[in-house]
Amino acid sequence: MTGHNFWPRLRWTLLLAGAWSVLGFLVVPMLIVVPVSLTDRNYLSLPEHSLSLRHYATFLANPLWFASTLQSLLIAAVSAAASVFLGALCAIGCWRLSNGWSAAVRLLMLAPLIVPTVIQGLAMYRLWAAAGLYDTYAGVVLAHTITGIPYVIITVSASLAGFDVRLEQAARGLGASALDTIRLVVIPAVVPGLISGGVFAFIHSFDELVIVLFITSREIKTLPKRIWDGLQDRIDPTIAAVSVVLIVATLLLLLADAWIRRRRAQRRSIAAGPIAIEPQGRAA
Amino acid sequence: MGDGQKRFYYWAMAPAVLLVVVFFVLPLLQVLWLSVSEPTLGLQNYAALIDNPLLHRVWLNTIRVCALTTLIALTAGYPVAYAMAQVGEQHRTLMIFCIVLTFWLSVLIRAFAWVMILRTEGVLNSALLCLGLVDQPVRLVRNEIGVLIGMAHYMLPIAVLPMYSSMQAIPRTYVDAARGLGARAWQTFFWVYLPLSKPGIIAASVLVFIFSLGFFITPAILGGGRVVMIAEYIRVSFDETLRWGYATMLASTLLIALSLGLALVARTINVQKVFGA
Repeated sequence: MTGHNFWPRLRWTLLLAGAWSVLGFLVVPMLIVVPVSLTDRNYLSLPEHSLSLRHYATFLANPLWFASTLQSLLIAAVSAAASVFLGALCAIGCWRLSNGWSAAVRLLMLAPLIVPTVIQGLAMYRLWAAAGLYDTYAGVVLAHTITGIPYVIITVSASLAGFDVRLEQAARGLGASALDTIRLVVIPAVVPGLISGGVFAFIHSFDELVIVLFITSREIKTLPKRIWDGLQDRIDPTIAAVSVVLIVATLLLLLADAWIRRRRAQRRSIAAGPIAIEPQGRAA
Repeated sequence: MGDGQKRFYYWAMAPAVLLVVVFFVLPLLQVLWLSVSEPTLGLQNYAALIDNPLLHRVWLNTIRVCALTTLIALTAGYPVAYAMAQVGEQHRTLMIFCIVLTFWLSVLIRAFAWVMILRTEGVLNSALLCLGLVDQPVRLVRNEIGVLIGMAHYMLPIAVLPMYSSMQAIPRTYVDAARGLGARAWQTFFWVYLPLSKPGIIAASVLVFIFSLGFFITPAILGGGRVVMIAEYIRVSFDETLRWGYATMLASTLLIALSLGLALVARTINVQKVFGA
């Protein structure tokens, strides 16, 4: 190695080492729940004599954990679907109008991301109690739909940013109705944004605890709420097993989202190829 | 665009807007209203801001923890963002995936994992004892250290992403030009690169500080009731005292502080862009 190359290389190695230590600090601690979940003891510890799957069995067989998981899945699925529907329409409206109103609307729709969840929960409690939504599925779905909309707005807006407004105008000019234009031209173009928004809204709802703590009591006991209760009194290793299951599920969801978007991008670039070349050919 | 067409797009926005106004904005306004009207009309609830020493301590805790979290997250996040902006495509994808995965992992599970590691009988203390580095377990949880570790872990992805996206926009030729004109590596970094990445740094600090202010779960679990921040205090005063005037006053104060903070930084940065839309 020449003296000229030595220092830049050392700097670069140190930088990468530093960056990866930080990333290690992010990822590695989360792996600790794996050995804890496999412990053969019935208290929190690393496995002592052998590995055991009994805490996974508890998670799957215990009707309380099962009911909570089902509740959370149901609430997350319904509210994510509602968020995607409402958020996508709103994002498309904002994108096409793009005037002072739509800018204000977009800021308003992002508010649930900015206002601390504790304040949201406190605020919702009174209205939910008055409207008979307290401690009901509908109440939690409504709360999670509203707080899930910002994710959809962000992802769909990002998809729309790369979409040519003239395609929409062309569809209208060729006689398509406004509804058909959205259904047949705009929506297909923003599918990646819809998918990502749906995934994020789903994870958001599945994970959300603070608002749920305020607007539910005995009837609704989502998975995060049961974990929270477990952490408050005696922590048992079942929580570690639940954690591993949730980490794997999150990993798979994000991988699937990345995979779908990538495949679409590839297909699009192939499909776009000849169209992009055509005008040049004609000019020549 | 014709009027009918315009009307159609207004209708497309309407359902979401209506929902958010009725079930989100109105309840928030009610919180503000209750804070000055419960039990009687007036500012008496806000007197606690001046004469309640417990509340002073809560606010001091909150601001200290948030400031330290922001500092840690930005210092640790900057090199990551910098490396991400320089490495090759595949390497970058891997780094982004680590960050996005952590970002979306359940807050509860992350706090739980940290309890496993940091508690007195936990992994870290066992390792330290085994290696003979300490004689007795170090207290790392149920105090501010635990809260800071948990918060920094939560906020790092939020700090890295905006810094990375602003660094991506820095043309490589600027750095090359500075080097070509004879600047040393450190001069290029401090005089050219760092100032150019300032928008990202500001955006990241705003995001991290604001999200930290309202943070509840991580401090509650890792602080074990010893490091009470404003969000947890709001929850406790709602749960245990049911004094609506007091709880809504706390919430209003936090809300107003946040809005003022955002209004202040809105002069220098595009808040909407910071939040990604």
